[in-house]
Amino acid sequence: MADPALFAADAAHQEASGITETRLVRYVLMAIAFAFLGLFLVLPLVLVFFQAFGRGVEFFLSTLAEPDSVSAIRLTLIVAAIAVPLNLVFGVAMAWAIAKFEFKGKAFLTTLVDLPFSVSPVISGLVYVLLFGAQSLLGPWLKAHGITILFAVPGIVLATVFVTFPFVARELIPLMQEQGTKDEEAAISLGANGWQTFWYVTLPNIKWGLLYGVLLCNARAMGEFGAVSVVSGHIRGQTNTMPLHVEILYNDYNAAGAFAVASLLAGLALVTLALKTLLEMRYGAEIAATRGH
Amino acid sequence: MTILPAREAGWRFRKPSVIPGFGLTLGLSLAYLTLIILIPLSGLAWRSAALGWTDFWAIASDRRTLNSLKISFGTAVIAALVNVVFGTLVAWVLVRYRFPGRRVIDAMVDLPFALPTAVAGIALTTLYAPNGWLGAPLSALGIKVAYTPLGIVIALIFIGLPFVVRTVQPIMEEIDKEVEEAAATLGATRFQTITRVLAPGLTPAILTGFALAFARGVGEYGSVIFIAGNLPNISEITPLLIIIRLEEFNYPAATAIAAIMLVISFAMLLVINLIQSWSRKRYG
Repeated sequence: MADPALFAADAAHQEASGITETRLVRYVLMAIAFAFLGLFLVLPLVLVFFQAFGRGVEFFLSTLAEPDSVSAIRLTLIVAAIAVPLNLVFGVAMAWAIAKFEFKGKAFLTTLVDLPFSVSPVISGLVYVLLFGAQSLLGPWLKAHGITILFAVPGIVLATVFVTFPFVARELIPLMQEQGTKDEEAAISLGANGWQTFWYVTLPNIKWGLLYGVLLCNARAMGEFGAVSVVSGHIRGQTNTMPLHVEILYNDYNAAGAFAVASLLAGLALVTLALKTLLEMRYGAEIAATRGH
Repeated sequence: MTILPAREAGWRFRKPSVIPGFGLTLGLSLAYLTLIILIPLSGLAWRSAALGWTDFWAIASDRRTLNSLKISFGTAVIAALVNVVFGTLVAWVLVRYRFPGRRVIDAMVDLPFALPTAVAGIALTTLYAPNGWLGAPLSALGIKVAYTPLGIVIALIFIGLPFVVRTVQPIMEEIDKEVEEAAATLGATRFQTITRVLAPGLTPAILTGFALAFARGVGEYGSVIFIAGNLPNISEITPLLIIIRLEEFNYPAATAIAAIMLVISFAMLLVINLIQSWSRKRYG
C-alpha cells in the first residue's frame, strides 16, 4: 500500500508540473463519474434487493419455495450443468488448435468463434426454431421419430450453448498464444505423450484463465434471456428458466415475487464479479492481458 | 481452383510442428462450430433466400419493420454516444485518480456483463416508472422515461457502458506520461495536452468502444422489453418484432427481419475490424 503522505506529495508535484488536472477539475470529474455510475449501476442493483425483501423475508422465501420457482431454479442449474462443460471441453480443444498451430484459414476460424457475440440473442434462438420447428426441413422427421427439441430442454440447452460458446475459447486463445509452444515441445522431447503434455504442462499454465472463462460462461448461461425465451415455449414448471420466471412473475403484476427470483440472479452476478476481481488481482499475469471485451 | 506452380516446399495446410493433437482438436472444433453455429445460421440464410426478392422487399419495407429498425438503431446510437462521453470519463477517473474504493468501483463497471438482462430490465423499469424512485421526480418535471423510447435509451446505456470503459481503459493505462510532460514543458495548457496529445491516441479505442456498445445495443432484448412499453411504430424494437412475428407463426417475416439485422450487424463487425487494423497501423 502506498504511503498517503507520499502519495499526496506526488499528486501535488504532478499538479504543479502540469501533467494532471487541477484539484477542482479532478473533483468535478470524479463527482460526475460517481454520479453516473451510482445512477446507472448501483441504484438498479440496490433496488433489486430492496424490492426482493420489501415484503419481508417470509414472502421472499415462500416465493422461492413455490413449485414453479423451484422448477425454474432446477432447470437453470441443469442447463448450465450441460452447456458450461460442453463449452469448456470444446473451447479448450479450439484454443489448442488455434493457439498451438499455424494453419490456413486460422483467422477465419477465430472470427467464427466470436460470431455469437455479434448476433442478437433473439436471432440466436430464432435460428434453432427455423432448424427444428414444425415448418422446417427437420421438423417432420423429428416428429415422426418422437424427438422434441424446441419448447423443451434440448432446445434451451442448444440456444444457451450458442450464446455462451465464445467465453472459454476467447479467454484461452490469446493466453495460449502468448505462452507459445516451448513448454509443450520440451515435454514431448522428454518423452511425454500428448495427454501427459496437456495434463501436466499446458493445463497448469492455463488453469486460472480457464477458470475465468468458465466463470463468465456460467454467469451468462444462467442469466441468458433472449435466446432462451424464443426456444423455450414458456411452459410453467417445465421449460421456464429463472430469467423467464422473472418475466412471468413480473407480467403477472407480482413484482415482489419477480424481484425475489431476480435477487438470486443478482446475487449470482455479484459473486461472479467478486471471483472475477479476485482472479484478476491474484493471477492477473496468468489470465493474460485480455481485460477488454 | 487454379493450380499455382509449386514454390519452396509447396502449399501446406499447416506448418509442421512436433506438438500432437492438431487433427483431433481441429476436427472437434470444426464439428462443434458446424453443428452449433454454421448449420443454424446457414439455415437462416437459406430460408431468407427462399423467400424471393418481392416477398423479402415487401416485409423489409413494411412500415412497422422500418419503424422498429429506426427505433432500434436510433436508440442504440444515442446510448452509445452517451456511453462514449461518460464511459471515457469513467475510464479516465479509474486510470488516473487514486481514491478509496477504486477497486470496487472498477469491478462494478462489469455489472452489466454479469447481471442477467431480465433483472436489469425489471430493475430499470421499476426505477423509472412514474411512481419509481427516479421516475416520480422526473415525471413531476414532466419527463416520462419508462414506456417511451427514452426508456430504451436508458436500458441501452446500462448495457453498453462496460464496452466503452473496458475498451478505452487499457489504452489509457499504456499512455506514456513522458508525452504529457513533454507537452507541458513546451508550454501546452492541460486542456491542450488532453485534446491535442492524448485524444488522438485514444480515438481508435473510443471508436471501437462506440461500435461494440452500438452493436450490442441494436440486438439487445431482455433489458429493453420491460421498459420500452412496446407500442408498435413508437417504442417497438426489432428483436421484439421478430418474436412477435414468430408467435404469429409468420416465419417468413421473422426470417427476413432477422436477416436484415444480421447483415447490418456483420457490417458493424467489419467496421470494428477495420478501425482496429487502421489504428494498429497508425499507432502501432
